Amino acid sequence: MNIHTEKPDFEGLSPAEIQEINAEFSHYEDKTAVSIEALKIVQKHRGWVSDECLVAVAGLLDISTAQLEGVATFYNLIYRQPVGKTVIHYCNSVTCWMLGAEQVRERLCRHLNVELGEMSADGEYTILPIVCLGACDHAPVVMVGNELRQDISDDAVNEILRR
Amino acid sequence: MEQMAKPLTKNIRPDRAFATLADYESTGGYEGLRKAITQLQPKDVQQWVKDAGLRGRGGAGFSTGLKWSLVPMDAESFQTRYLVVNADEMEPGTFKDRLLLERDPHQLLEGIIIAAYAIQAHVAYIFLRGEYHLAALRLENALLEAGSKGYLGKNILDSGFNLEIILHTSAGRYICGEETALLNALEGKRANPRAKPPFPLVSGLWGKPTVINNVETLCNVPHILHYGIEWYRSLALGADQGTKLFGASGRVKNPGLWELPMGTPIREIIEEYAGGMRDGYKLRGFLPGGASTDFMLPEHLDVVMDFDAIAKAGSRMGTGTLIILDDLTCPVQMVLNLEEFFAQESCGWCTPCRDGLPWTVTLLKDIIAGQGRMEDLDALSGLTRMLGPGNTFCALAPGAMEPLQSALKYFREDFERYITGNNAVMESV
Amino acid sequence: MARIEIDGESYEVEDGDNLLSACLSLGLDLPYFCWHPAMGSAGACRQCAVIQYKDAEDSRGRLVMACMTPVTGSMRVSIAAEQAREFRSDNIELLMINHPHDCPVCEEGGECHLQDMTVMTGHTFRRYRGRKRTHNNQNLGPFINHEMNRCIACYRCVRFYGEYAGGHDLQVFGVHNNVYFGRFEDGALESEFSGNLVEVCPTGVFTDKTFSAHYSRKWDLQTAPSICVHCSLGCNIAPGERYGELRRVINRYNGDVNGYFLCDRGRFGYGFVNSPERIRKPLLKGHPEITAAMAEKHFHDVLKAAKATIGIGSPRASLEANFALRTLVGEENFFLGLDDTEHTLLETITGMMRNGGIHSPSLREVEQADAVLILGEDVTHSAPRLALSLRQAARNAAFALAGTMHIPLWQDASIRQIQSQARSPLFIASICATRLDDIATDTYQGGPEDIARLGFAIAHHLNHESPEPAGLGNAENSLAAAVAAGLKLAKRPLIVSGTSCSSLAVIQAAYNVAKALPGQNPQLTFTMPECNSLGLAIMGGKRLQQAFERMNENLADSVIILENDLYRRAPGPNVDLFLKTAAHAVVIDSLINATAEKAGLQLPAAAFAESEGTLVNNEGRAQRFFPVYPAPEPARGSWQWLTGALENFQWRHHDDLTAACAITFPALAAITGVSPGADYTIKGCKIPRQPHRYSGRTAMHSDINVREPGQPHDAETPFSFSMEGAMAQVPPGLLPVIWAPGWDSNQSINKFQEETGGHLRDGDAGVRLIEKSGSLEWFRDIPAAFKPQQEVWRIIRLPHIFGSEELSLHSPSIAERLSSSCLFMNPLDAGTLGVSAGEQVAIINLAGSPEDSARDEDELIDLEENSVLEIVAQIDKTLPRGLLVITAGLPEFQFINYWTQVTLKKIHQEGLS
Ligand SMILES: Cc1cc2nc3c(=O)[nH]c(=O)nc-3n(C[C@H](O)[C@H](O)[C@H](O)COP(=O)(O)O)c2cc1C
Ligand code: SF4
Ligand code: FES
Repeated sequence: MNIHTEKPDFEGLSPAEIQEINAEFSHYEDKTAVSIEALKIVQKHRGWVSDECLVAVAGLLDISTAQLEGVATFYNLIYRQPVGKTVIHYCNSVTCWMLGAEQVRERLCRHLNVELGEMSADGEYTILPIVCLGACDHAPVVMVGNELRQDISDDAVNEILRR
Repeated sequence: MEQMAKPLTKNIRPDRAFATLADYESTGGYEGLRKAITQLQPKDVQQWVKDAGLRGRGGAGFSTGLKWSLVPMDAESFQTRYLVVNADEMEPGTFKDRLLLERDPHQLLEGIIIAAYAIQAHVAYIFLRGEYHLAALRLENALLEAGSKGYLGKNILDSGFNLEIILHTSAGRYICGEETALLNALEGKRANPRAKPPFPLVSGLWGKPTVINNVETLCNVPHILHYGIEWYRSLALGADQGTKLFGASGRVKNPGLWELPMGTPIREIIEEYAGGMRDGYKLRGFLPGGASTDFMLPEHLDVVMDFDAIAKAGSRMGTGTLIILDDLTCPVQMVLNLEEFFAQESCGWCTPCRDGLPWTVTLLKDIIAGQGRMEDLDALSGLTRMLGPGNTFCALAPGAMEPLQSALKYFREDFERYITGNNAVMESV
Repeated sequence: MARIEIDGESYEVEDGDNLLSACLSLGLDLPYFCWHPAMGSAGACRQCAVIQYKDAEDSRGRLVMACMTPVTGSMRVSIAAEQAREFRSDNIELLMINHPHDCPVCEEGGECHLQDMTVMTGHTFRRYRGRKRTHNNQNLGPFINHEMNRCIACYRCVRFYGEYAGGHDLQVFGVHNNVYFGRFEDGALESEFSGNLVEVCPTGVFTDKTFSAHYSRKWDLQTAPSICVHCSLGCNIAPGERYGELRRVINRYNGDVNGYFLCDRGRFGYGFVNSPERIRKPLLKGHPEITAAMAEKHFHDVLKAAKATIGIGSPRASLEANFALRTLVGEENFFLGLDDTEHTLLETITGMMRNGGIHSPSLREVEQADAVLILGEDVTHSAPRLALSLRQAARNAAFALAGTMHIPLWQDASIRQIQSQARSPLFIASICATRLDDIATDTYQGGPEDIARLGFAIAHHLNHESPEPAGLGNAENSLAAAVAAGLKLAKRPLIVSGTSCSSLAVIQAAYNVAKALPGQNPQLTFTMPECNSLGLAIMGGKRLQQAFERMNENLADSVIILENDLYRRAPGPNVDLFLKTAAHAVVIDSLINATAEKAGLQLPAAAFAESEGTLVNNEGRAQRFFPVYPAPEPARGSWQWLTGALENFQWRHHDDLTAACAITFPALAAITGVSPGADYTIKGCKIPRQPHRYSGRTAMHSDINVREPGQPHDAETPFSFSMEGAMAQVPPGLLPVIWAPGWDSNQSINKFQEETGGHLRDGDAGVRLIEKSGSLEWFRDIPAAFKPQQEVWRIIRLPHIFGSEELSLHSPSIAERLSSSCLFMNPLDAGTLGVSAGEQVAIINLAGSPEDSARDEDELIDLEENSVLEIVAQIDKTLPRGLLVITAGLPEFQFINYWTQVTLKKIHQEGLS
């Protein structure tokens, strides 16, 4: 005896999100495989994945919320807390560390008056560390939103934040 | 001819633009595919690649052709086989696959199609690191181009062979690069590695036979088919075959990435291509192939970049991208940075890795903070043994121990100075 | 078999087993965490390291994880090698980095696998100087505590809960050393098998919350081998007592029956034993101060004075108690005390089991079935532990495929990986969706007639001699063909049915399918409502309805009701009339209930934990339960009240009674062999119920009397109520507590098994009474399809794990998880009534309402008319039209008869105030 509610569980996602997630299904043998992509779709639309959205996505994928949360909390790029409009990832791996990643971080945080992971007061930025961005020959590097920025000098930091 | 000597990067132009389909075709692109698919049987393609002596560029150096030939091809229960491209490049200090992905995507696609044909897979996944946004854009574009020219999709080049390539972008975890963890990630699960055996070749993606190859590995394939085995075997200088992307980062004058013959001496890479150390810095050591390889010393400069030569010198070729340690950077702090990375990227499945790496970090931090004890060094060496190959569930932790164990061997006095309090002020980094 | 060398000794081991399991089977000590005999290897904890040598010359060897290493002939390994010992000790050191030193306040303490393994590896010194990571805990509901700081991340919990038991709401979150095992948010664990986490977790993360409420250390508990009384499967349990109170129930390994696991009703249902609703003293109406002796005399007087006394037996009382009653009242006055339909069903089932020529499988055999058809049952609710076994059976195809791929069968994750390609056929035909549908090949929902018809059709497809239902729909027919095809291919097919649908046709269809199966090994199992349903049915007796008639006809004037609430068995007014007509009504029971309340004399019966007896489970296996502690005076075993009243008092002891029962009923002859009798000793000693470290005996009653009381004597069983006695050489099936040197936790069971996960040495407890013999004719009574009528619905009562069983209802933790008392209906039906989920409806036209039973005789007239129950409606889209489902056994539904035709009315908001 199961209590079936009339409402679909994935209410709370936008039609665009649902459509994009549905479009992914054909690429895989089962729906579970879309878990990460689905979370990234929600994140693309909203910046982060709220509890409500997580529940909704799980409903759409026919898996339990707990299972999806287990996946969401495993991966680095799924945000389960709100982040600024632009996330600035600074690379803190070995070469960047050697060539000034800490200074980059300090400068970014000081400028925005935030700790790592916090949202700036205007909601524009969140600074997060990230592992090696694969541009070690141009260390230190940061990723501003989706854009890779290399050879980051003090001036470059200022320029990034001025935009 | 320059082009022939640098098959992997011949289309990569200094102006950061990327090779379009037309560019790619103009230098013989998709000819290898045409030959493979119209003139050769899948088994022949496997044999060509085996005979060419191509070894995996993802770090372990397994013979690519041999790997393909182990896929069960006839078993009736396995109608479905998969090819998966490992484009997760997340090992610190490694920056080779990104170049190939962003600047010459068709080269990879051609490699994929030939490989898929060789193992008769009809679906291939490119498992791309989530942060590689530009690469994703260019791959999407290249997939469309290739599809519209009949290199992809149904009945490729009228051969009757079908292939769909799906681009899957990850969500960031170093462990996803480990091939079995990658499969779990691709299935939308937590990326814990899987037990081997069964190997993915037998039971991989959704339990189907699956070949996983590195980006650079597959980029070699079209050229082998196009120019032949003999040509390929003539490229290298030493025991291994072909060319490889070698790089150097750190305080060298000219950090960068170069396609060079296998067997190129390390000295040549550091001193000629990378231009030697920056003024005011001396070479103290280097990791030859990314964060999970053992330190080597200046005395090893004449070792050549071959899998076995480097193994003999006590390290691993890994990804072939050198991380340079200069004399003003503290090796202990450098190792701490590496171990923090590995501890954070542990998947949390097996005990030694999950709990041993954070302890390693704590010990190193204590030592650097002046709170270390001499017995902590024993604890650290104990950990390097404990987290060694075979003792953990996958190769992440043993990789993590390589720089530490060699640092303890080569730079012991740096550790001890922190503990005894005789630490001359190091340049703060 | 393979010959291998371990530390220089040569051993024979099972070929292809993993080395860890092989070592444990040999009785060797090798620590482990993530491996579990029922769940195979995971390779996560790295605790089971040993050295494997290449050949006879190799002296260095290499470190391997025993659980991930297949045993092969002439392999050479070392457990004792220094390198391996050091690794295991270092590994524990790592596990202990974050583990709190809270053993003194941890409920796992004293039976903790982590403690055992820590001592075993010799890790004693802490080198880590940093801080420990901490976690928040969750409220996981009434059954389970959560203390995540103790977690050593062995992943057993999620592997059991999700993969083995099919639960969805317990997961692992986070990464690296910040992994968290819990739910998405606070809330009761949804799985019906959540209680096993208590035993599966090697440390104190998941502990028994009901035990916490009156906690005692393992070594301070008094324990005896027992049998779960909460369903018909007869899982073996080990209840523990302290201070006269039943403190907990844990699993007791039986290699044929429950293995390592129980369901939550079995584990947490014990609370009724301590309930305030227990009948603690005799009660004679109008004589408030009656003593036990007076009550007994009165009882004897009643019997003497009576013209004839009716005895009503019980499916939840032991064979012996029922037999004593039958002897006391005489065969002609003995009635089974079953619901009338259930009586028919149980009689039929008994006939099929005894003379049908089809094998009735144990749960171990169920797990080996390679194709299953479930006809009319949601086994998770009617026989929960069976559902867990069926879930494993569905994996057999994957195991077979793994064999062809050379994947060892203990390589758990690899086999789960190929599961999507190979799943053993499991077909489920039921009234509405069931908890096993997620692993079913195909499901079908319909009314009982339709389920039966599908069954008959399957049988016909298998064997054309079996009659064919007329006018079967195309969809049903092709489903039947598919099911038949699936079953036909199987080597060990299994048909599961039972009493849930209250349909004789369903049971007969199940028999036809089993009979129609080709091959030598068809198996047929039936679920039944209670712990001794089959035992009572084998004994046989007349119908409850006939007792009512007998009383009405004045052929008898008094009645003894044994452990039975008749209001659960028959329409209230009938019971009312019956009890009212009787000059004397005597109830012997442990809990007060509607019947006991009406009885003139209540005699306090010992609960299962305070008495002994034999029960026959649904397989036909007779098993003995023993008192864990003496029944609190003046309560005594029902059988003792009854034998005490016999003229010549011929059966002073339980063993005598068992023997007499065995003689009287040839079908029960084997019950004397179920367990050794009270005269059984080992080297002249009884088996102690208290462990050798039982503490406080001299002081535990010092608030009452400073002199240590003598230990109570047990004249009925081989056990003593003390810590003295034979510890060694106790047959494993009789062990009250599982405990071996160095192994304080339940994992010590491997010391008592023939091989890990196998049978107990000296045999598993219990004796099968029935082996297949004979053959029955095809059943040919095929019902017409169920046709929903306009505005008339049929009530269907379906069992629910939490709510349908009488005794566990009185357990506070179960009460918190009770199934909702609502009415389930099809959405279209709801639509025609304009009812949406959660709204109230009135059920009209019932055969009696709760008020009726309180009414006087004249008011009972016209009881058919306009009885009304107002109830919340819920929608179940899998429920066929025309059926209304309620939970069987919930007191508020007791008066609603099965298959009653009713009409419904929506109650408008205005009507509710
Ligand atoms: C922790 C870990 C991370 C890895 N990351 C990568 C990676 O990012 N890219 C890659 O190609 N191989 C990576 N590998 C190696 C792969 O497991 C695998 O060997 C490789 O993809 C096989 O391809 P190849 O034979 O073409 O080299 C990693 C291995 C380990 C143990
Ligand atoms: S909670 Fe228990 S069972 Fe689960 S991983 Fe932790 S220690 Fe193991
Ligand atoms: S029991 Fe072998 S690794 Fe856990």
